[in-house]
Amino acid sequence: MCDTCGCNITPGNKHLVQTDGKLARTQDGKTAVTVLKSLLSENDHQAAHNREHLDRQGVLAINLMSSPGAGKTTLLEATIDALGGDYKFAVIEGDLETENDAERIRARGIPAVQITTGNACHLDAHMVHEALHQLSLDGLDILFIENVGNLVCPASFDLGQHRNVTLLSIPEGDDKPAKYPVIFRAADVLVLTKTDLLPVLNDFDPDKAERHLRALASQVPVLRASARKDTGLDGWLAWLRAERDAHRHRLAQGETLRPAIQPDGSRLHALTEEPAQHGHRHTHHTAKDA
Amino acid sequence: MHELSVCQGMLRQVAAIASEHQASGVESITVRVGPLSGIEPELLAQAFPLASAGTVAEKAALIVESLPVRVRCRSCGAESESTPNRLLCGQCGDYQTQLLSGDEMLLASMELTT
Repeated sequence: MCDTCGCNITPGNKHLVQTDGKLARTQDGKTAVTVLKSLLSENDHQAAHNREHLDRQGVLAINLMSSPGAGKTTLLEATIDALGGDYKFAVIEGDLETENDAERIRARGIPAVQITTGNACHLDAHMVHEALHQLSLDGLDILFIENVGNLVCPASFDLGQHRNVTLLSIPEGDDKPAKYPVIFRAADVLVLTKTDLLPVLNDFDPDKAERHLRALASQVPVLRASARKDTGLDGWLAWLRAERDAHRHRLAQGETLRPAIQPDGSRLHALTEEPAQHGHRHTHHTAKDA
Repeated sequence: MHELSVCQGMLRQVAAIASEHQASGVESITVRVGPLSGIEPELLAQAFPLASAGTVAEKAALIVESLPVRVRCRSCGAESESTPNRLLCGQCGDYQTQLLSGDEMLLASMELTT
């Protein structure tokens, strides 16, 4: 939501912010205002704008979340190697410092924007918006947003992505979904990475990891991948292809998709805003100024 | 540790609403937070004085209402209280449940001095 133009006031909540609405003057002359909107309304508004922009360009945006070192960049490298001939990719990288990850992606001929967050432990919709301005989305199939390595904070922020991928690497242990329920609950797919280490780190039980995920009432697929060994990527690549096709189909029907991160409880209790169409227009770059 | 960002976002909403009402100050801010929102009420309360300094809500009391985790079973229909990492039906144990409460992060209400 922006602070200046009043675009946070919707037909649905207007009555609350008018003095004759659901506002009660208390006896001591104070005004009580019922709001019932997300604490992150401002971020969510920007995220909706990002999503609308991506949808206009027909781009599927995928947010990758995991602990640091779980293999997000390596999975992206392997994905580019496997599908780069069929699909056009771009990547937004989030880290506290360094261009290292963006350089790894660029080395494969794929455009990448590095966001360095300083001390911020997550990406937010405003940072992603800035990064989108530095990218050409022309003809792009999939935009990957590699979030800051962190199993806590990234889960709370909608970026405008369509899907959330949470990675869990074998060395981390199979009980991570039980320890960090918020981020695993937000996943649209769970990818177990570094599965080539399973014979060595045999105290990791993939079935147990899945049971911990199911205990979060999650029904999403659990895929196994080993990017380094170039084996076992089939499930992941098939999921990506299917998601990209499904997204194109949805857009053709005039629909879009929000990831599982959208809170159910909040949806039941909050005032809902009209999705997407908020009439906020501005000029985006084209290929020539990218 | 992202509670400071959340707090700053909340305060921008608070400022917008206060200005809409031409309020001179904010007396109190009530938020509702569930354990599955990823927001820790204590950290939010610690971030609040830092984030609110110099804003219209500088002197406001932050009231954090913690909500329980509750689920409804899609199989047997029962509603039960749950824990953040075990969202199974309390009656039949099925994992196909819908969250009724527990992931909220809502700015519920404010009291303004006008």
